Amino acid sequence: MAKSKSAYSIPTKLGKIDTHIIVVWVDNEASVLSRVVGLFSGRGYNIESLAVAEVDQKNNLSRITIVTTGTPQVIEQIVLQLKKLVPVHKVGNFKREDKKVIFKEMALLKIVANVGKIKKALNACKKYNPVILDQTNKSAVIQITALRREIDNVTKNLKPLGLVSASRTGAVAMTRGAEIFN
Amino acid sequence: MPKLFSGAEIVFKCLEDQKVEHIFGYPGGAVLPIYDELKNHPSIKHILVRHEQGAGHAAEGYARSTGKPGVVLVTSGPGATNVVTALTDAYMDSVPLVCISGQVPTHLIGTDAFQECDTTGITRPCTKHNWLVKDINDLPRIMHEAFEVATTGRPGPVLVDIPKDIQFAKAKYFKPKKEKKLNGKVLNKFNQKEIDQLVDLMKKASKPLFYTGGGVINSGPKASQLLRELVALTGFPITSTLQGLGAYPGDDNQFLGMLGMHGTYEANNAMHDCDLLINIGARFDDRITGKIDEFSPKSKKVHIDIDPSSINKIVKVDLAIVGDVSEVIKSTTKTLKNKNLNLEKSNKQKISKWWQQIQKWRTKQSLNFINSDKIIKPQHAVQRLYELTKNQDTYITTEVGQHQMWAAQHYKFNKPNRWMTSGGLGTMGYGLPAAIGVQVAHPKKLVVDIAGEASILMTMQEISTAVQYNLPIKIFILNNQYMGMVRQWQELLHEKNYSESYSEALPDFVKLAEAYGCVGIRAEHPDELDEKIEEMINTDRPVIFDCQVDQAENCYPMIPSGKPHNQMLLGPKDQEENKITGKGKSLV
Repeated sequence: MAKSKSAYSIPTKLGKIDTHIIVVWVDNEASVLSRVVGLFSGRGYNIESLAVAEVDQKNNLSRITIVTTGTPQVIEQIVLQLKKLVPVHKVGNFKREDKKVIFKEMALLKIVANVGKIKKALNACKKYNPVILDQTNKSAVIQITALRREIDNVTKNLKPLGLVSASRTGAVAMTRGAEIFN
Repeated sequence: MPKLFSGAEIVFKCLEDQKVEHIFGYPGGAVLPIYDELKNHPSIKHILVRHEQGAGHAAEGYARSTGKPGVVLVTSGPGATNVVTALTDAYMDSVPLVCISGQVPTHLIGTDAFQECDTTGITRPCTKHNWLVKDINDLPRIMHEAFEVATTGRPGPVLVDIPKDIQFAKAKYFKPKKEKKLNGKVLNKFNQKEIDQLVDLMKKASKPLFYTGGGVINSGPKASQLLRELVALTGFPITSTLQGLGAYPGDDNQFLGMLGMHGTYEANNAMHDCDLLINIGARFDDRITGKIDEFSPKSKKVHIDIDPSSINKIVKVDLAIVGDVSEVIKSTTKTLKNKNLNLEKSNKQKISKWWQQIQKWRTKQSLNFINSDKIIKPQHAVQRLYELTKNQDTYITTEVGQHQMWAAQHYKFNKPNRWMTSGGLGTMGYGLPAAIGVQVAHPKKLVVDIAGEASILMTMQEISTAVQYNLPIKIFILNNQYMGMVRQWQELLHEKNYSESYSEALPDFVKLAEAYGCVGIRAEHPDELDEKIEEMINTDRPVIFDCQVDQAENCYPMIPSGKPHNQMLLGPKDQEENKITGKGKSLV
């Protein structure tokens, strides 16, 4: 007989897993973030990173940017389920490879080392808009903005140069050009 | 200066403006101000249950039999946690409920106060939305919004958590606004092009099938009328999910019976072999589809649903129409008529072969069972109950298990809103409180809970509620002393190791009925069944009917685990050829 599966069927054809950036405009009210995050955990979706802050004080709107992975079917479900939440106004969905969209993450990097190493460290961050936020003769706090994997690389390279602490945000996204997302 | 009202008054003013007539609840410390206010609002009747889960299920029965939202009132802490099962049940089966819960005073929230729990946190995943009222001025808006959210789009439960100090605080009241915007959550934006595509597919199909679900019931009685018209106009066969029973007459020739795990042979085979599947208000539940990879492999699939997230969730469809079922059916019928496409006549030739095939499947008579004159067969009991109650407008609720499937198979429904069963969550103990809710809404009608002895013990205490309000519900227990469905799976999949599925001690249900102050009837032999059922029907008080049935009976037909629709298990004879092997077992 045919290989027995289950009354709870198991899909044999799995779709390709893509990374998507989901942008959600929500009412900035109590527990709205837990509704969004709870939807992800409750339905077994991934969250790779999360960034959230109020963007419109007058209308009390927050913008949540979530980096997630899933098959096309799962991504479609994520968007549709998010749209059902009462405080959600609109949902944007971008593929990470999408050229029309800018993605950025920010990192604060603390280097504890001698002046020479700090200089080298600063040099290593050159491509990622480094800003020195604090400096003493044996330490520095550098702010960079870049893509996730670039920050991954930078932190790896800075380890020998005295990186002792890194604080990173989740990705935020913005479309290029004059168009705005609707 | 405008008049100020207390939070408790505002709650009732909202309920009045929302035309609420009944609430189901249980008092406690954190809702006492609301209970104190109850006496000033004679148009609202409170039904005191014995456990908050009962209040939730009763409100579900009320909602499903009337189409109106059910309202529940519970206290904080255990009151709220006890209602969680009912909220989850309502969420799974799309039942509109508004649950109002008391909460400890605002300044005590987060201090682990007496009877405090994070009610909105706990109920967030099992409601469409919930609110913790932190400011009295928000209360009127939130209350109206709660009703709006519960009843629009795909209906479901909502919860409003009101701290005790807010119930005392005073504010202005305002009536619900007519058209509130809910971030565009109500979707009914299908267009004529989609309808034309559907009609085109219908025209081309030679093996079409309607597959209808609870969405038709939720769309209102008019949707059922429109569905009947459409089915007649097309001449297509129709099958229904468990929740959709009653939307189309169960005894009509075009109706193939329920489909799915315990659906009929003809319905499941038609599902498997059809070339056009028109899903109206159903959600491709796993008990329906069986093995997804082999689900209806040859068909074009159309999905009509009000919830966009139901589309392509489980099964990828060729045409999706997002909208209210009645509106979509109405447009489809209109388009068929405008184009002068009377498919029943014009398409007769084309689909006649399909009907011949269906007739062949029908000859299997998959719902048949071997009757006995010595012992009551549970299927026979349901059939007799049907025959003896079909001449009146009867409302049926069930618990969960074999009896539920037998009820779905052998009780034929002709009207929507007459069949209340826990399908999605599968909550044992649903039927008794649900019957109470139905009887509250329809005091003069016959309401029967087809039950199992294991399920009924989960919410047995609610019979006391029925006695208090003189609600003449009939609890028809198919008593086989086993958790029958568990026993059946153990027999088929676990080498008859009946681990913990037998109840070694059970109450004497007749004496129990007497203890509760209602009527107990017992039937032990097929000869006395009819007479006892008549006695039950003619008793104008709550009845517990202990129908002692064959302990070993299994529910057939059945799609065994891991098999597609066209490989059903038909009954004892068929089983030898279709054993379920190792891997399927662990996955059931």
